[in-house]
Amino acid sequence: MHSTSAQTRRAFLGRTTQGLGSVALASLLQPQLLNAASRGVLGTLPLPQKAKRVIWLTMAGGPSQLELFDHKPKLAEMDGKPMPESFTKGQQLAQLQGQKLVCKGPMFRFQKYGKCQMELSELLPHIGGVADDICLVRSMTTDAINHDPAHMFMNTGAQIAGRPSMGSWVTYGLGSEAEDLPGFVVMMSTGKGRNPQPIAARQWNSGFLPSKYQGVQLRSLGDPVLYLTSPNGVTRERQGRDFAAINALNKQHAALCDDPEIATRIAQYEMAFQMQASVPELMDIRGEGAKTLELYGCQPGDGSFASNCLLARRLAERGTRFIQLYHRDWDHHSLLREELPLRAKEVDQACAALIKDLKQRGMFDDTLIVFSGEFGRTPMAQGNKGPIGRDHHNKAMSMWLAGAGIQRGVTFGSTDDLGYAAQENVTTVHDLHATMLHQLGIQHDAFSFKFQGLDARLSGVEGAKVIQKILA
Amino acid sequence: MTKTTCLLLLATLGLHAAEPPVPAKIEFNRDVQPILSDNCFYCHGNDPKHREADLRLDIRDEAVKAEAFIPGKAAKSELVSRIFTTDADDLMPPPDSHKKLTQRQKDILKKWIDQGAAYQQHWSYEKPVKAAIPAGKNGVDVLVQQRLAQISLKPSPQADARTLIRRLYLDLIGLPPKPEEVAAFEKDPSPAAYAKLVESLLKNPHYGERMAIGWLDVVRFADTIGYHSDNPHNVWPYRDYVIQSFNSNKHFDRFTLEQIAGDLLPDATQETRVGSAFNRLLLSTEEGGAQAKDYEQRMLTDRVRAVGNAWMGQTTGCCQCHDHKFDPWTQRDFYSLGAFFADIKEPILGRREPGILVLDAAGQKRQTDIAQRLTALQAEFAKPRPELAPAQAEWEKQALEAVTASGMWQPLKQVTASSAKKNVALKTDKEGVVRGTIDAKRNERKQNDGTDTYTLTTKLPLGTTGIRLEALKEKLPGIGLASNGNFVLSEIALTTGGKSKLPVAFASATFEQKTLPAATAIDGIADKKENGWGVLGATGADQSLYLELAAPVTEANAAVTLTLTFGWGDNHEIANLRLSSTSAPKPIRAPGTSLPAAEIASILKAAPEKRTPEQKQKLTAAYKQIAPELNDLRAKIATVEKEKADFENNAPKCIVSISDTTKRTVRILPRGNWMDESGEVVKAALPGYLPKPKIEGRDLTRLDLAQWLVSKDNPLTARTVMNRLWKQFFGTGLSKVLDDLGAQGEPPVNPALLDWLACEFMDSGWDMQHMIRIIANSATYQQVSTSTKALTAADPYNRECARQSPFRLDAELVRDNALTISGLLVPKIGGPSVKPYQPAKYWENLNFPTREWQNDSGESLYRRGIYTWWQRSFTHPSMLAFDAPSREECVAERNRSNIPQQALVLLNDPTYVEAARVFAARILTESSGDASQRITWAVQQALQRKPTAEELKTLSALFAQQLADYQKDPAAAMELLKTGAAPVSPNLNSSELAAWAHVARVILNLHETITRS
Repeated sequence: MHSTSAQTRRAFLGRTTQGLGSVALASLLQPQLLNAASRGVLGTLPLPQKAKRVIWLTMAGGPSQLELFDHKPKLAEMDGKPMPESFTKGQQLAQLQGQKLVCKGPMFRFQKYGKCQMELSELLPHIGGVADDICLVRSMTTDAINHDPAHMFMNTGAQIAGRPSMGSWVTYGLGSEAEDLPGFVVMMSTGKGRNPQPIAARQWNSGFLPSKYQGVQLRSLGDPVLYLTSPNGVTRERQGRDFAAINALNKQHAALCDDPEIATRIAQYEMAFQMQASVPELMDIRGEGAKTLELYGCQPGDGSFASNCLLARRLAERGTRFIQLYHRDWDHHSLLREELPLRAKEVDQACAALIKDLKQRGMFDDTLIVFSGEFGRTPMAQGNKGPIGRDHHNKAMSMWLAGAGIQRGVTFGSTDDLGYAAQENVTTVHDLHATMLHQLGIQHDAFSFKFQGLDARLSGVEGAKVIQKILA
Repeated sequence: MTKTTCLLLLATLGLHAAEPPVPAKIEFNRDVQPILSDNCFYCHGNDPKHREADLRLDIRDEAVKAEAFIPGKAAKSELVSRIFTTDADDLMPPPDSHKKLTQRQKDILKKWIDQGAAYQQHWSYEKPVKAAIPAGKNGVDVLVQQRLAQISLKPSPQADARTLIRRLYLDLIGLPPKPEEVAAFEKDPSPAAYAKLVESLLKNPHYGERMAIGWLDVVRFADTIGYHSDNPHNVWPYRDYVIQSFNSNKHFDRFTLEQIAGDLLPDATQETRVGSAFNRLLLSTEEGGAQAKDYEQRMLTDRVRAVGNAWMGQTTGCCQCHDHKFDPWTQRDFYSLGAFFADIKEPILGRREPGILVLDAAGQKRQTDIAQRLTALQAEFAKPRPELAPAQAEWEKQALEAVTASGMWQPLKQVTASSAKKNVALKTDKEGVVRGTIDAKRNERKQNDGTDTYTLTTKLPLGTTGIRLEALKEKLPGIGLASNGNFVLSEIALTTGGKSKLPVAFASATFEQKTLPAATAIDGIADKKENGWGVLGATGADQSLYLELAAPVTEANAAVTLTLTFGWGDNHEIANLRLSSTSAPKPIRAPGTSLPAAEIASILKAAPEKRTPEQKQKLTAAYKQIAPELNDLRAKIATVEKEKADFENNAPKCIVSISDTTKRTVRILPRGNWMDESGEVVKAALPGYLPKPKIEGRDLTRLDLAQWLVSKDNPLTARTVMNRLWKQFFGTGLSKVLDDLGAQGEPPVNPALLDWLACEFMDSGWDMQHMIRIIANSATYQQVSTSTKALTAADPYNRECARQSPFRLDAELVRDNALTISGLLVPKIGGPSVKPYQPAKYWENLNFPTREWQNDSGESLYRRGIYTWWQRSFTHPSMLAFDAPSREECVAERNRSNIPQQALVLLNDPTYVEAARVFAARILTESSGDASQRITWAVQQALQRKPTAEELKTLSALFAQQLADYQKDPAAAMELLKTGAAPVSPNLNSSELAAWAHVARVILNLHETITRS
């Protein structure tokens, strides 16, 4: 273990596919050469970098905007009446396809929060408390209407498997500043509800980008990173001896065959050994103090969304570039009135705490936070699965963004009277990707990777637009 | 070293110190086409909807007509002035395209126009041309050396014997050679011995496993459906089919026909049908709310991409929405190709069918045997039985009485039903008939013991004296859910008001199995397997249980709960049932015969002389189903039927292609939108831009497609396959982009070589082993993989093959190698996918149903990586760390990454910890001498060479340190040695064994160990 952490960091960040291993080797030998390359493929950024990192809060299952974010008094008036056919004719529906379509008014009250008087659900008092810091978008739309393709679209900009996820794109472009932690981290929590929709690892896969850009899942149970813990009986000292021997032997071998991959291999072993210490240190939130734990509303080791929010802040402090949290079980085809308040309660305080905590640490201004599901829900009731709920919907969904050059205390876009379709300032998932990249200093339409003959982009080839109006 | 790395670095960052000079004679395909394709065709290419200024540059006549350039006169050509201008408004490519030409590219275009602007058809659409090779020479060597001479490079020397044999083993069978095999070869490394070694490896049964890895990636073979619930589908026999096909050296043309159209072949067999599972390997969904049209389109496009990728090296995906921008593919070509698969019978949404039985010789024999016995018994049963006439007449009388008496019974229509274990799903209709179906997932659930309990509730009229429970046959083979049509009702208990027992005085039935009489269903014993009412021998007709209540019901509309326990197991539950009540006076007894079905009842009501012959036949047949004289025969039939059902349930199955007479309609979907049905309907057709046979007067089939793919007219298939094969033996394809031989791919570095390989492949009758033999026996293949500074500078990525390349083993082989070295590998070939160790909770985000990986036990823990269960949404993490793809899409080329997770896997995954400690036990028991002698032995096992003095020193020191440490802490040694399921020898000193386990672990982790050089 002769190497300094700086060298290791750069080696970790260097591109490592075969043939490019030479970059990593060079970085080991002459680190100063590689400052730019180690930050990702983009080098000098064409745009000002407002966001240094992204924390993406995925509410998996599709939360109902009509109970949380998009107040529709007219829909309340129409409660129980047939949905006018002018809205729905010839449209793509999921479980309501072919069913009788009846309006369902909002099941919870809305109120005005903050100086900006943002209208939000009574279920979100804490997020309401930071309403002046967030930008609510009510006019988001998506292409997909089933969970799996919709997650794929939200995460990769495509509905065909095998495309890189947004976290992979961002770390590929910008690298990471984390010294001994992955640059793209994913964490999961599950609501204490019923039967959450599944999630697939392709949502954080690196697709056709090199594997090192794939998201690393940090787990609250078992090994926090797969295979992180040394075997039983093997202390850190014993493990360290093996690491040292492996690297010594690999170095001896390198002298004989001049294969740059060996130098990369050595660096990766050093990184692995450091991760064995740094990840447990990261995951241990006991030292955070009662006040902080109270702010988020979590206990060490509870595996909650709140804990993950706190871990997200710790990762952000350590330089991780892209942090994605999933909270599962928002798919309320039925029992919406019963279940939604529980989910809201599980995330409301923690989301607000994350904003407040980042603010007090001076990191809110360069952290982009996004809160979104994979699609919205219908203004029509769904009654064929038990007590009333709402079906999947892709014509309108709400989400919010905060931090990093995003306007504060603003509500952007709107839907029609019944909340069926986005109407004013309609935005797309690709626009959202473009906007995120823009805030990171990346020109989205020039950021591509050649795949199957195409200049593949996260923001697609159909001409996505940065949502300029929500930028400060 | 530093200088070299600087050079390398500059090269990799694209900061070329000097670009290669512009060639004297510009060649369109090599020099010009890549520039135009990447920079111009997006707006001036094949796609008319995206064409700017009505100018296309991909066709010379059009470009000249539009005055884009004047051949021979660059100075007067618009194109040249547009690319050299400094005026941003005129500049091409325009700044907002983020494309920029280099000075060299501009100079090439200028020179090309000056030289007359000659076009060539895109290289891969021209028929390959076979270079003449002098007799007795190896074509690969001749063409590689020709090319090397042109660029002033020399081939490298031959590698040493140890490197060669290790390379051959890893490339051809994916396993390392044993030290003694290396020693034998080192003794005689002559060309003849080498050639013999190649031959023996081609015959080795592990050859098929090695070759299958790449093909399974290309066809995206996996054990699960991919989308959403990501449940299993039955496809593993296809994996074995691929292995066997390589092992028998099935020629690639036949291999192609079987996979695309194995069901349509005139000589179709089980084997070719299993091959046709290729068409079923795509992603499918069981998600609720999914729309059939949506997924019909997803499946079509998935198949087109697969054929494009696996055989043609063409990227077709973009044509889902529009004509290809770079290649001559049109949207019509895309959907027409998809239409070839419109006949495949399959559910668009939901669970896949179990598939056809896939039987080996013994299984087929057994199947024939069962079928013959069953046919014989059925023939025996079908025989006319005039001797039964008197008994039948008696039965007719009784049955008519039963029908009449049945008037005393009123069906109970308000019934609710539920099953305790949900192994049977119960549904009740308006008439009160309860129908049970076996839950589809029942037999997959580990906790399923084949039993269940039904709870029925209903209301009894005042004065009820008896209850009847009819088991109805309806359309099922039997009245019970067991595979022989039987059920065993262990106990039926009645309660009122939720608690108090409603006593039953007497139970009788229309039929009782000899050992399972009705009386035992009310004896209070619910938990004894062989105690209850069964009906084997009479499962072909409705049977009823009659319960006489101890006292009449004294309450109007008395709520009663009936608890039916079915404790036999093996799904011995009643399928469909109906309850009735009566207030007839005691005794309540079952009639001498069961109540006949409604149709028979109505025939019985007619006077015998008025019955038609057909009705009479029906009566005879109905009687046969219950005739006591035939009890034994019916029981025999039921037993064989059960044997058949059990055999079929347990037999391997595979979903395959089955051609449906009604084909799905395929339309061109505007912008790929499945809700837009305005597009033209298309029939199966071959791509318009490639040569193809004229077939008229009938619709094209998958067989036509397959035959065209491997016809000599097709310029793509042989090149695509040979390019991938080259990568297996040299690390990179001759054209680097394996999945795109189109305009946006890379023209091959050595076009003559790729063409020669393609032609030789076709000329040999698509003989894969013939091609491997040529490659492996070439001097080019046998070169050293080490480089020199000069060579690295001239050809940093070794594209010219002036040497071999070292590269890391594929994920599966990393595992196989460690298991082989440790001695744990179970070399069995084929069979269902296996589940070696996987971290707990890795599948926690799966649902419908939720799942936990259950490690296999015994030999299944030590099988080759190719057999590891392939879960698309959560692929085994140690395979994933070494770049195994999820196989959701076709992958022609895996990444070859070098990441910290690989270190964590090799160090901490129980598979590798166990391999290390078992290897350590081998070191202690199979080698002898002092520590350094044992280390030498161990290194030879893993690397097939002796350690250097320095290596020996490092490992000896490690051993001494770890040993001293464990001697102070023997409990820790025991902890380490408990990793994995393999037994630990009690005769070995645990501290010593643990210390050796560390040495073994270090050896298994070495870069050299996981690298083929």
